[in-house]
Amino acid sequence: MTDLADRQKLSYIAAQAADARLNVELETEGMTLNIGPQHPATHGTLRIIVRLDGEQVVWAEPSAGYMHRGYEKLTEVRTFPQVTTLINRIDWLGSFANEVPFILAAEKLMDIEAPPRAQWIRTILFELSRIANVGLFLGDLGVQLGAITPVFFAFRDREYVLNLIEAATGGRFHPNFDRIGGLKDDLPAGWITETKQVMKKLRMFCDEMDDLLFGNEIFQSRLRGIGVIPADVAKQYGLSGANLRASGVDWDLRRDQTLPMAWDKVDWKVWTHPDGDCFARCWVRLQETREATKIVDQLLDTLPSGSVMAKVPRIIKVPEGEAWVSTENPLGEMGYYVVSKGDLGPFRVKIRSASFNNISIVPWVLRGVYVPDVISILASLYFILGDIDR
Amino acid sequence: MVVPLSDTGSSDTETLALPGDGLREGIVQRLRESLGEGVVDSLVKPGDDVWVRVSADAWRAAGMALRDVIGCEYFCFLSAIDWMPSPYGRGEDDPTQPPPERDDTIRQGYAGGETRMQIFARVTNVKDHFGVTIKADIPDEQPVVDSWISVYAGANWHEREAHEMFGIGFAGHNDLRNMYLPMEFEGHPMRKDFPLLARIVKPWPGIVDVEQLPGGDDDEETEGEA
Repeated sequence: MTDLADRQKLSYIAAQAADARLNVELETEGMTLNIGPQHPATHGTLRIIVRLDGEQVVWAEPSAGYMHRGYEKLTEVRTFPQVTTLINRIDWLGSFANEVPFILAAEKLMDIEAPPRAQWIRTILFELSRIANVGLFLGDLGVQLGAITPVFFAFRDREYVLNLIEAATGGRFHPNFDRIGGLKDDLPAGWITETKQVMKKLRMFCDEMDDLLFGNEIFQSRLRGIGVIPADVAKQYGLSGANLRASGVDWDLRRDQTLPMAWDKVDWKVWTHPDGDCFARCWVRLQETREATKIVDQLLDTLPSGSVMAKVPRIIKVPEGEAWVSTENPLGEMGYYVVSKGDLGPFRVKIRSASFNNISIVPWVLRGVYVPDVISILASLYFILGDIDR
Repeated sequence: MVVPLSDTGSSDTETLALPGDGLREGIVQRLRESLGEGVVDSLVKPGDDVWVRVSADAWRAAGMALRDVIGCEYFCFLSAIDWMPSPYGRGEDDPTQPPPERDDTIRQGYAGGETRMQIFARVTNVKDHFGVTIKADIPDEQPVVDSWISVYAGANWHEREAHEMFGIGFAGHNDLRNMYLPMEFEGHPMRKDFPLLARIVKPWPGIVDVEQLPGGDDDEETEGEA
């Protein structure tokens, strides 16, 4: 039912309803269908069990846990600097952004603050991870809805960003670059001019995606009015990031809390959309990618000079206490509740990842939708398996 | 299962000012008013955050009060802490030596506590931009509290996770299946007395089979601060 016009769609729904009535008369049983564990719409191995009545989902249950790695337990046998290596791998498409809230929580407990240059570079790399992550989402969205071209554009342009991250940190996927008190290293020579050129290319990429996908009639008919999540339901389930903003909630942790980062030093906009449907979620992400390129540009212009590392002891012991820090990661609110007992390593780390909450709404939102819409909804909710299972 | 949110809560919160320590004191005050004896202890860290500890019986009522009185409609997370120090340390013991003596006194964190296990959750007011961390003691002999599903629908998976990892029961949650592990799995991995099996199967290499680097490696300890 991809490219049906409205009238055809209505007759299609009427036919479905007739089928359903027939099913009741014939007392046919519903069908249970497995989507995944391996499916292009699942970004890894998420299995979704749906019970169907005709083409309609009457019950759905995601079955996560195929990638559980037990990071919360593992952090308890690591020292604080070692933890960043683990948490890099939670949301593997925006790795650097995972490190930041944990490091900020540790710094909060130790009562130290990174020097301004480190804060700026952290924010730049954070936004670059967002572009790499959400840029791939835009391409992948096309694949899941049956369009092959966007993903090639996305992979091409994401490569520019990954090259930048690699040039600055040494790692394409897992930078492990953030340190308590600052950063491992300063930016390499020529990186700033290179980044500005790439940001220009990425704004062109966003325009391309706007033309290719968002202006496309098939794309719109697959997403508009599908999987509507009202604002109060979204808040109850703890949806965050673009999923929450697409439901009309104006909430962005980059703007709405004070952190030793550089977002409040530049001019940018938080995008929201009143509809709460699949289209709104995808549209907000597109705008956020554009906005991120602007943030990076402005931060590069105002980059302060100085050291990138505060004075910290060589052997890091974090004083006793509890700290909660969360940031607006590419997928949504990612936070760490760090409990320290004054030891070399944390006593307990609760990892609040965005996708876990974002996917917990799936049984609610899938009820009553048609099978092709399941894919649209999963695609638009956008999750990374490592971020669900941790 | 989604309970529609009442509008009364949001009109109350309009009187609250921008986030600050006065507001945090106000949160504790309002919770005390609506829960009475339910609020056991609280901690306001100036310029940082607010912690409130309630009794296990008041856990669900506290959720209701946070949602409707304080206006924290956004559910952030729910989890638990096992305050017992791990009998295995950081899993770096030399298996050829007898295990070292360890301090096993239980010291709870912010807002105090009396039991080994504590449940804690965080909810946020997205309109006035503040969050509250709420804790409750879980009785050792019968670790069960009321479920938050009817208050925050999103608590469903978090409670399943806490049940699986800490063995805490949630009264009113009728679907406490495991999220990650097989249903036959015995034990609760996030409890401190559950050993990290990887470190038992293969001892930490930093202790047992470190090869001495040529040229000596004794500069690590002596240098002190960088």
